[in-house]
Amino acid sequence: MRLPGNIDLAMALTVWRRNVMVYRHTWKANILPNFFEPLLYLVGMGVGLGAYVGESVGGTNYLTFIAPGLVAASAMNGAVFETTYNMFVKMRFGRIYDAYLGTPASIEDVAFGELMWAVTRAMIYGVAFLSIVAAMSLFGVPLLTSPWALLLPFELILIGAVFSLIGQVFTAMIKSIDLYSYFYTLGITPLFLFSGIFFPTERFPYGDTIAWFTPLYHGVHLARGLATGVLDLSHAVDAVWMLTICVILVAITPRLMRRAMVK
Amino acid sequence: MDIVVEAVGLKKTYGEFVAVDGIDFEIRRGECFGFLGPNGAGKTTTMRMIYRASPLTDGSLVVLGHEARGGQNDRLIKARIGVVPQEDNLDQELTVRENLSLFCGFYGLRGAAASARVDELLAFADLVAKAGQRVETLSGGMKRRLLIARGLLGRPDLVILDEPTTGLDPRARQILWEKLGALRQRKATLVLTTHYMEEAERLCDRIAIMGQGRIVAVDTPAALIENHAARHVVEVRLGVDGLPPHAADLTELGQRAELLTDRLLIYAAEAEPVIAEVLQRLPDHVSLARRGSLEDVYLNLTGKELTD
Repeated sequence: MRLPGNIDLAMALTVWRRNVMVYRHTWKANILPNFFEPLLYLVGMGVGLGAYVGESVGGTNYLTFIAPGLVAASAMNGAVFETTYNMFVKMRFGRIYDAYLGTPASIEDVAFGELMWAVTRAMIYGVAFLSIVAAMSLFGVPLLTSPWALLLPFELILIGAVFSLIGQVFTAMIKSIDLYSYFYTLGITPLFLFSGIFFPTERFPYGDTIAWFTPLYHGVHLARGLATGVLDLSHAVDAVWMLTICVILVAITPRLMRRAMVK
Repeated sequence: MDIVVEAVGLKKTYGEFVAVDGIDFEIRRGECFGFLGPNGAGKTTTMRMIYRASPLTDGSLVVLGHEARGGQNDRLIKARIGVVPQEDNLDQELTVRENLSLFCGFYGLRGAAASARVDELLAFADLVAKAGQRVETLSGGMKRRLLIARGLLGRPDLVILDEPTTGLDPRARQILWEKLGALRQRKATLVLTTHYMEEAERLCDRIAIMGQGRIVAVDTPAALIENHAARHVVEVRLGVDGLPPHAADLTELGQRAELLTDRLLIYAAEAEPVIAEVLQRLPDHVSLARRGSLEDVYLNLTGKELTD
């Protein structure tokens, strides 16, 4: 099946399947930390810090306030890790993409297959986090209070896609693996801190305005809306914003990868 | 269609550097065609253009009936080509079998057809016993055989091998030559690059000798030897003093002679009169007569045209 942009779905699925094969060898060792991380954040920040914060942030208990944003951030982390370090190693060290390109696969297929896999990883992270949050809700900690929360897994796909693509663009543009420290300390960490997960973005002058132009803000805002059921037009804007970024970056990434790989 | 690859004025430049300088050649169905030349001669770049890993700068290149220039036909071309790259790009994180079964997906092979094809190629590559092991546990020769098996998955009309035996020990090389010989018997069209004369002579029906981005000569090994060396070569091993002055006119014997630092090579249609003369004039030197080889062709062309 041929998708727009010279993507052959069967080829892209083969690229995706390679990662599933590798994950099958390693998932037992890798899966557990995905559950510890949410517990640590929810207990450390939500329960620990939350005792002092009370209901002063967002008019609700602090654990309830931060949980949806942390779910969104977990999808971001799963996605970017896959398309930064992991993809760089496959592209530059293992030369695995060169092997793919020796077959009928195109560079568009490779980029799209890796995107599908990074979204899969983001889902594994995000759903693990979400399942902890849901379990806590079932046992009397009201973190998810609306049936709209059932849409959260779909939002995780969108967040995963946005950040997978941002990682791919960066990976296609750098020649040294050391440059990722800039990506993480100047990109991912500020997004994690200032996208409204831990405190409202209005806290800093123009914080709201600046955050609107950054991707995780929309992920957090929409996740909180879906978790609580307090939704308005701005949440639809979040989804459209993320979808637009995806469409633009899906078109750009193969071109950047071609420039990086084809001589 | 008997011409599988046809290049006219094929050119590749990287900025100022001219890697392939407007070459013409054609590769026929069922033959084994070799590109022979030193490192940097443009062999690999030519191969990369054929298997669509590299765009062409100028000229025309028709592969399996499709124009390669512009890249629009890349999928069509690549579906019928098998690539065995110079460097090991096997997936180190997968097993031997997984390396093959995964790549079936790129050639539309699924389910039972895929696993039958994988079994067949594991047997061809003598890797059945290693099927469940990680690639990193394989020896260099085994890895190269796995790369060849992977290149054959899609039953290609054209198999491209870039330096298939570089870096292998002599035994592993012999085994690989047997495998490539088996492929030739099945009438596969092979294109390979090498800088081993013995390999080129043993495997190739026709050879293009390349240097500095150009093709210096194309022909069968026998014709190349006939035209650019001679049927026979008399080799005189020289000491540190070189050719003794009283024997300087030995270079006049035969069709042509080449004076190297440690040897004098005399090319001749018939060896016996020459060796008799040499033994008489230089009884204390070690001299021998042998058949002309591609190495002589290579030295000849290298001396005259490849280095300047």
